[in-house]
Amino acid sequence: MTSAAQLQTTAILIEPQRRLEFRLQEVWAYRDLIYFLVWRDIKVRYKQTALGTLWAILQPVLTTLVFSLFFGRLAKVPSDGFPYPVFAYVGLLPWQLFAYSLTESANSLVSNQNLIRKVYFPRLVIPLSAVLAGLVDFAIAFVVLLVMLFIYGIRPGVSIVLLPVFLLLAVVTALTVGLWFSALNVQYRDVRYIIPFLTQLWLLATPVAYPATLIPEHWRPWYGLNPMAGVVEGFRWALLGRAGNPGALIAVSVAVVLVMFVGGLIYFRRMESTFADVV
Amino acid sequence: MSEIAIHAEGLSKRYRIGACESYQTLRDSLTKAVKAAFRKPKGSSSEDTIWAVKDASFEIRQGDVVGIIGRNGAGKSTLLKVLSRITTPTEGRAVIHGRVGSLLEIGTGFHPELTGRENIFLNGAILGMSKVEIRSRFDEIVAFSEVEKFLDTPVKHYSSGMHVRLAFAIAAHLEPEILIVDEVLAVGDMTFQKKCLGKMNDVSRGGRTVVFVSHSMAAVENLCRRGIVMDRGHLVFDGSMRDAAQYYFGSVSTIRDSGDHIFDLINAGHRVFKVRKLLKRVELYTTGDQPANEGVRMGERLKIRVHFELPCLTDNFNIGIGFNNIFGQRIFTAYSIYEPDRSHGERSGPQVFVCDISSFTLTPGTYTVWIWLDVRNTEVDSIEDALQFDVIESDFYGTGRLPTSGMFVLEHRWTLDHHGVELENSEIAEAV
Repeated sequence: MTSAAQLQTTAILIEPQRRLEFRLQEVWAYRDLIYFLVWRDIKVRYKQTALGTLWAILQPVLTTLVFSLFFGRLAKVPSDGFPYPVFAYVGLLPWQLFAYSLTESANSLVSNQNLIRKVYFPRLVIPLSAVLAGLVDFAIAFVVLLVMLFIYGIRPGVSIVLLPVFLLLAVVTALTVGLWFSALNVQYRDVRYIIPFLTQLWLLATPVAYPATLIPEHWRPWYGLNPMAGVVEGFRWALLGRAGNPGALIAVSVAVVLVMFVGGLIYFRRMESTFADVV
Repeated sequence: MSEIAIHAEGLSKRYRIGACESYQTLRDSLTKAVKAAFRKPKGSSSEDTIWAVKDASFEIRQGDVVGIIGRNGAGKSTLLKVLSRITTPTEGRAVIHGRVGSLLEIGTGFHPELTGRENIFLNGAILGMSKVEIRSRFDEIVAFSEVEKFLDTPVKHYSSGMHVRLAFAIAAHLEPEILIVDEVLAVGDMTFQKKCLGKMNDVSRGGRTVVFVSHSMAAVENLCRRGIVMDRGHLVFDGSMRDAAQYYFGSVSTIRDSGDHIFDLINAGHRVFKVRKLLKRVELYTTGDQPANEGVRMGERLKIRVHFELPCLTDNFNIGIGFNNIFGQRIFTAYSIYEPDRSHGERSGPQVFVCDISSFTLTPGTYTVWIWLDVRNTEVDSIEDALQFDVIESDFYGTGRLPTSGMFVLEHRWTLDHHGVELENSEIAEAV
């Protein structure tokens, strides 16, 4: 077992950054800090709110109601043969996890600047714990989904065992975008204004309110270039056991996320040494 | 494990100060934002960079307690930041043997909404303690902080004193092999500061390596056996604490050597913002507008003429003059913001502000003067140790007895209350 303490008993070398190292094992050594930062974010999130944790349920439920009314009932958007509310809710679950985690992690370095300026720890800890804190809301909203599936009499098939994979994909996607934007945010505070705009556009480009089957068949794998399309389709496939195979689309999403994630890590690590000076 | 705790070789840190103005209009910030967007974050021309630390080489052995002293902006804090890995050096390298704990601030990461108990865990984790370590020291921390009763109250309801006590208690129970401390003692009331100093003493006696920065010479001299003096990024002295203190005070008084009453500020070394040199010159006069060549006699008039330049048309500008004694304590601050007559109107370009102190009553000694200029409520130019002058002994009370102790003299009188004595006498008489 390596703790942060034990890791530091070896000689520490301080020098200008030359080579690029990911030092992921160091992030692991600081897992207690990650734990407490996540715990802090969760504890503090609904402090001084009247409805508290209910917000974690209200947000996806109310959005589902509005979607069902306007897209499902009035615009008659198809829903792959499932009741529209279930269809939309299953899409909204990973979407809201993504949008929340992305926003939090993009702002995380700036909102934790007092830590960055005064204490050493691997900076990756900050956006990472911001993303992880979003999982609690997801878990609460997931319980509502189970109730909903029961009411509509939908039984998930064996494909549900792959749900954690798609959940991981959603988290990594959020972390990827979070890495890029949190590091950019240190230098350019414009990011704060880009994020709400970006998530809005991104929602429209993701098959949350509509099915991916609206996209012509031969174009569909390319739709996976938006990794959230892969995540949402994956969720529907795993939970609703939809006919049709989103495999190609998901494969493209996974590839895109992996490339962007490694790129984000490199960018983050390169900028990391300047955070304390610039933020 | 080797004997050496910290080995540094040519550590240097360069900061870019950019073309930043210390104050700006909305339009300025917009154009700056546009410019910044097209500028690469790294590699800019050398003229807008400063070396906060330059070529610092030293060796600290295990168990050494080292104090780093120097003026503001001498690079002390930057050096500590490099040693605690908060920022990377631009050049040079250092090797540290042992677990490092750095306290550049106490209570970092305290969350106001969380309770004292919760913040102990959070802050402990931020300082690098593991969950197990925090749990095992929890009771000690609580006892030291004296906030047992409020442990489950959100920290936002704490008084500032409780806040500081809790924060220090956590920090004090961090048990690294090498402790790096910056100015944390400059908080809290006197009793608490004493308690902190005591704890720091325990830490240094316990054979741990401590690197300590403070403006309080008393604290540094008390705790440290070895002293390093920094000046403008360079390590200029390294030796015993006593010698370091002497060197430091000696180096402060090199500014004025001509015995003149005019002090050039344009080339002053200790400018805080090196962007625009708006403060130009200071002249000192004493009673009868005589140039104060040899200093000012205690109780005489001190007239300070400050020449400066206003970068824009405004009526909102102020000059501040702070008088510090040789221990770095601020004894008196003269600030034009306290001047009730604000009828000078809008001005720009070269100005002369005159501060007239009709009776300068600080006790004899050498004083260091800090001068700063505010424009539109923002400090735009500031010089620490801008000049030094002497206050010369004088027969202030007109009795031929020269005041020797205290920091200043005050006009005062002594009288005997004959009436009060008579009353007491009559009471005694009645009792008998």
